[in-house]
Amino acid sequence: MILLALWIAFYAVLQPLADGFITFTGLTPDEHITETIRFFVFEVPKVLLLLTLVVFAVGIVRTYFSPERTRKILGGKSLFVGNVLASMLGIVTPFCSCSAIPLFIGFVEAGVPLGVTFSFLIAAPMINEIAVVLLFGLFGWQTALLYISTGLVIAITAGYVIGRLKVEHFVEDWVYQVHSNASAMEELSPTFHDRIQSGYEAVKDIVGKVWPYLLAGIAVGAGIHGYVPENFMASLMGKSAWWSVPAAVIIGVPLYSNAAGIIPIVHALLEKGASLGTTLAFMMSVIGLSLPETIILRKVLKLKLIAIFVSVVAIGIVIVGYIFNVVY
Amino acid sequence: MNVQILGAGCSKCKTLEERIRQLVAKHQLPVEVEKVTDLQEIIKYGIMMTPGLVVDGVVKSAGSIPKDDQLLAWMKGI
Repeated sequence: MILLALWIAFYAVLQPLADGFITFTGLTPDEHITETIRFFVFEVPKVLLLLTLVVFAVGIVRTYFSPERTRKILGGKSLFVGNVLASMLGIVTPFCSCSAIPLFIGFVEAGVPLGVTFSFLIAAPMINEIAVVLLFGLFGWQTALLYISTGLVIAITAGYVIGRLKVEHFVEDWVYQVHSNASAMEELSPTFHDRIQSGYEAVKDIVGKVWPYLLAGIAVGAGIHGYVPENFMASLMGKSAWWSVPAAVIIGVPLYSNAAGIIPIVHALLEKGASLGTTLAFMMSVIGLSLPETIILRKVLKLKLIAIFVSVVAIGIVIVGYIFNVVY
Repeated sequence: MNVQILGAGCSKCKTLEERIRQLVAKHQLPVEVEKVTDLQEIIKYGIMMTPGLVVDGVVKSAGSIPKDDQLLAWMKGI
């Protein structure tokens, strides 16, 4: 409680503090270097504060969900309903790409349809709390909401399409031969204190890991903010360049960064005239589709299915990018 | 007693293994600690998140690092 009050107080005085810092250093306003520093000094504490709060909250929420429980909910669900549920559960179920394989097998073994499993695997990394926080902090709640809903739509449709394609035989054969003695682990029901504790641990774990990327991302963003001329990005990533959306996705897929590193950069690009659809497409392909994850998945999926998976998601992202470029 | 840590290289898996080895050394427990990194082996235990902790063939936890006193209790067979 006390911490929360402190949090609010500190968050409220950030802007004057940052401005005060600029005045204190005696830099002349409106010069490149001043604007770069102002951006950095203001954004870093703001984003860190937001991140801490949300990671804490999500840490607590996640104690109510587990892959086991999610699997139980998804087992035997019909294709479309299953896809919708899986995508939403993908947001709140604890997930790390390092356990993508056991999770995949656990789902398949329990009779969760392949397409539904994919919906989960697409939503889980793409719509994560870090991305949502940063979007909220830097762009406002509309953009955060937009990201969540388009992410959901992509996860649902891509999973549905994959389910329709009947690709079961492109899963490595050994997956179907696994018979785990799924001895029901006694699930200890956590106390309220335990849940709060998980929140703290999530903060320690995630914020502790992510802050260097965040600093780097904001530094690059600050540089773009201060030095790149207005509308510089318009010709390159603007609406008029039709090829910019697929290009953004093609560049974005092999690139891998977590949300913390990429979003501050994206923020600055948008400011300089890049269009929302193109930027969104870039961001989603960087965060949602990653080379390390596909390499991990290769152990359970034949190459053909990996190709299908990546292309279906990529096409989905391109379509979303175009829609946004048209609408905005 | 036999304790297995299931995990193919996530950071939490390493932390759990270290924690267990420290506890075993500190309390001089008659426990054999084994790290399982083979995916197919891990999957046989039916866990969906790593690290998994198996004590004498029974899965005790998955996806988290249990507290020290909990770990100790398991390893002392309480």
